[in-house]
Amino acid sequence: MSAAFEFDGRDIAFTEGQTVGAALVAAGVRSWRTTRREGRPRGVFCGIGICFDCLVTIDDVPNQRACLVPADADSIVRSQEGDGRGHLAV
Amino acid sequence: MATSPYDVAVVGAGPAGLAAAAAALAGGARVALIDAGRQPGGQYWRHRPGDLGAVADLHHDLGAFRALVAGVAGAVRYFGQHVWNVSGSAADGFAVLTAETEVAARSLVLAPGAYDRQVPFRSWDLPGVYTAGGAQALLKGNEVLVGRRVVVGGTGPFLLPVAAGLAARGAHVAGVYEANAPAGWARHTAAVLPVAAKLTEGAGYAAALARHRVPFHSRRAVVAAHGEQAVEAVTVAKLDREWRIVPGSERIVECDAVAVGWGFTPQLELPLALGVATRVDADGSLVVEVDERQRTSVPGVYVAGEACGVGGAPLAVAEGEIAGTAAVAAPVPARLRRRRRALRRFAAAMHAVHPVRDGWQSWLGDDTLVCRCEEVTAGEVRAAVDDLGATDARTAKLLSRAGMGWCQGRVCGYATACLTASASGSATVSALDLQGVSERPIAVPISLGRLAGDAGHTGQQ
Repeated sequence: MSAAFEFDGRDIAFTEGQTVGAALVAAGVRSWRTTRREGRPRGVFCGIGICFDCLVTIDDVPNQRACLVPADADSIVRSQEGDGRGHLAV
Repeated sequence: MATSPYDVAVVGAGPAGLAAAAAALAGGARVALIDAGRQPGGQYWRHRPGDLGAVADLHHDLGAFRALVAGVAGAVRYFGQHVWNVSGSAADGFAVLTAETEVAARSLVLAPGAYDRQVPFRSWDLPGVYTAGGAQALLKGNEVLVGRRVVVGGTGPFLLPVAAGLAARGAHVAGVYEANAPAGWARHTAAVLPVAAKLTEGAGYAAALARHRVPFHSRRAVVAAHGEQAVEAVTVAKLDREWRIVPGSERIVECDAVAVGWGFTPQLELPLALGVATRVDADGSLVVEVDERQRTSVPGVYVAGEACGVGGAPLAVAEGEIAGTAAVAAPVPARLRRRRRALRRFAAAMHAVHPVRDGWQSWLGDDTLVCRCEEVTAGEVRAAVDDLGATDARTAKLLSRAGMGWCQGRVCGYATACLTASASGSATVSALDLQGVSERPIAVPISLGRLAGDAGHTGQQ
């Protein structure tokens, strides 16, 4: 079974049971976050929820671990900058 | 809170936890089985929800897994639930807290497992650099390859199934770079022969690598990654006995992914939250001290598997069975005790053949990241010792912020402790150093509402 979720305005295909992070890697997307200090690109590193490198914004909730969240066709996934809470800046 | 407590709550549904739950159920106990994953198996038998037929060839000992799953049919499952704290005592009962609920039990078996141990190298934070376990998780749990041309490196027998799995699914594995010399196993035949299945398993992976023409290099390591937005190549180099780079031996290997692991780090935050006694194991990891019945220093708390010493799945299953049996106060069969002893000897040999030598520290530049979360460099960790006077890992962490970010030192804790010990002139990393980078009062991110005690709150983390 194949489906897709939206990521930064485009479709990312996934199969049943894959995580958001795995689907992004399979689609050739290597990074979807920049770090707070140096703005370095980050994607999956540990793949099992330990390292928090793969943080991503899903349905407007930032800092979700892409390697743990099951892919869902109803999700809107967005890459995130820094702490993912730029919209709260004053 | 559950109205009546379970006899036994088992945290972790990997090899050790499954075996513990099955043994406790066989002893007539009411058992809760709690795991962050959505299905049983842990990291070792990781698979997608449903059948694991599609990845059966990537797994080992599936007969044992299916028997254990059948054996835990009578447990109440709390799957997909991340445990953020455990508390209590044998006298008052124990509470296991997840983001969704609270499980009460008279005794606890903790089987939290382990994750890849990492040492930093130049530009190891580039996308496309994965832990060996991460590459394996994407493959076994998602059927996704981390890259088309992959370099595998680090130390330990785990590198072999990772490389073999990638090759079996069509990746070009450019090489396996094992920092130690596997010939060292020849000195440990007495430890290996009683567990002959280990030999068969190892020979199977070696044959698979040969079939896929994967070159295996010993005494060589991935010492730097290169690329702009993602990894494009690595530097590999020959190492001397202390793991310093042999001058002139550096080679560039092009790749689009790297999988690295240097043994494993047991997940100790839950046992530590209960105050169990610990020790430093032969591999340099902080582990829980247990007796021959898997009892910890805290009455009513049993620990099984990698958390009491990294040793692999068969050992974890044996320890889990002992812990589950002991938790229901049943006698532990002598054959189980013998099996654990033989597998522990094998684990000791594995640690002797695959140590992590201090020389990795000489690969780092002052600007090499140690803490990926807070972006703290090796130079900054050393400055915490040299300029600011830190003499232990916890102080170095507080002064440099290494280990104070999202992952709470899970990834860089070992490296920070080693760098601190070296910079301050200590011969070895102490249990106190490792404990200082392993305690996490809140084991996983939870909402403030949940922390405040409102179990119904589902707000942001």
